[in-house]
Amino acid sequence: MWKALENISAFYANPTRFMNLAARLHAPLWGLALCVLAYGLFRALTVPEDYQQGETVKIMFVHVPAAWMALFGYSFIFAASVTALIFRHPLGHVAARAAAPIGATFTLIALVTGSLWGQPMWGTWWVWDARLTSMLVLLFIYLGYIAIWQAIDEPTRAARTAALLAVVGFINVPIVKFSVDWWNTLHQPASVSRLARPALHADFLYPLLIMGVGFLLLFFALTLTRMQMEILRQKLRTRRMLGQ
Amino acid sequence: MSVFWALCRQHMVLAWRGGHTTLAVAFLFIGVTLMPFGLGPELALLQALAPGLLWVVLVMTLLTSLDRVFQADYEDGSLDQMMLMPLPLEFVVLAKLLGHYIALVVPLLLAVPLAGLLLNLAPAHLPMLLLAMAAGSPALVLLGGIGASLAVSVRRGGLLTVLLSLPFYVPVMIFGAGATQQALAGEIDATRLAILCLFSLASLLAAPVAMAAALRNAVR
Repeated sequence: MWKALENISAFYANPTRFMNLAARLHAPLWGLALCVLAYGLFRALTVPEDYQQGETVKIMFVHVPAAWMALFGYSFIFAASVTALIFRHPLGHVAARAAAPIGATFTLIALVTGSLWGQPMWGTWWVWDARLTSMLVLLFIYLGYIAIWQAIDEPTRAARTAALLAVVGFINVPIVKFSVDWWNTLHQPASVSRLARPALHADFLYPLLIMGVGFLLLFFALTLTRMQMEILRQKLRTRRMLGQ
Repeated sequence: MSVFWALCRQHMVLAWRGGHTTLAVAFLFIGVTLMPFGLGPELALLQALAPGLLWVVLVMTLLTSLDRVFQADYEDGSLDQMMLMPLPLEFVVLAKLLGHYIALVVPLLLAVPLAGLLLNLAPAHLPMLLLAMAAGSPALVLLGGIGASLAVSVRRGGLLTVLLSLPFYVPVMIFGAGATQQALAGEIDATRLAILCLFSLASLLAAPVAMAAALRNAVR
């Protein structure tokens, strides 16, 4: 199993082979992602109204999957960076760089939809709730990661520095989560009404899970497209340097 | 080991003679002076906010002082020389940061009581504030060093250093400022102090490895 994985990964270390594979995967992946998203959205928009939250509960079907993808995206960057640092796989840096703006956007979507949902529910656009705060810090970690790529001109140095930051930042995420939880439980006045979290009814759960799968497929489709772009950009750069 | 102390001393002397220490302390006071302009001169309000404000100003001063801690050596080539020394790079960065701590952070901590006076800090809060800052500041310097080492090859990397370091500062800030604000006047919050010490020890173990890796990257 491990051997097979090694062979596959070595095979696709050649960018041209990867580009062939990507070209074949591209259309089916996008098609599948859009179909699942369309079906998920249809299911999400036709759920019965929540007796407490009314129509606003529908924000959940974008908000929660976006928050999942925010965390998944950073884990993906971490895994890709480790692959690049330890196994020296050339696609690792490409994948990590490609996923960063996508993950950051999902984080922003989670924050913005959370804010839009919070306004009618809690009566304010923003509370320094533990979850909101740690998502905000995650957004800053993403921005730092993207900034490294932009600030360092030399590509290999930028790649290795960014990978290092991804690893260190990944260790930081749970520590931030733990500290913020601790901070919030002591600071948060009980007056801010947080909804009790009842187990989700199946009417809500299945559309949510379908949306989650749809977002995951969308993440991979976007990442694949950006990886293709990144490889083309690298080829263009080499050609320019060779003066062709 | 004598190389370690020589490096540490060199960094201290450079910071002192280059006026870095004075600048940092002046920066702290300027930051504190700006607060009443922003918040109004009402003493009761300032007293309530003083511990948190002092933490924020300390963190900002530290971050601005750290952005060039490795960069000068990177630019003039001393870093390449340091890599050839018998001392592992992990200890080289540790020596420099220890020098930075003694030359800059200790004077800043000594200035905190006076800065607190300007913000009408309740005297009973002072011991806890200083203890928390003493326990947390090694972590701040070491974690800021990670940001500085990642941004070392970027010209004008100051803002980048701040952006990279601040997410790491969140836990230290939470427990540091929390320790000071939650403790009743004159009390010592041992739990949070212990957690701050834990952060400092953990970053003492992990940060030099990360910094050395980042610097090797930049020099390669």
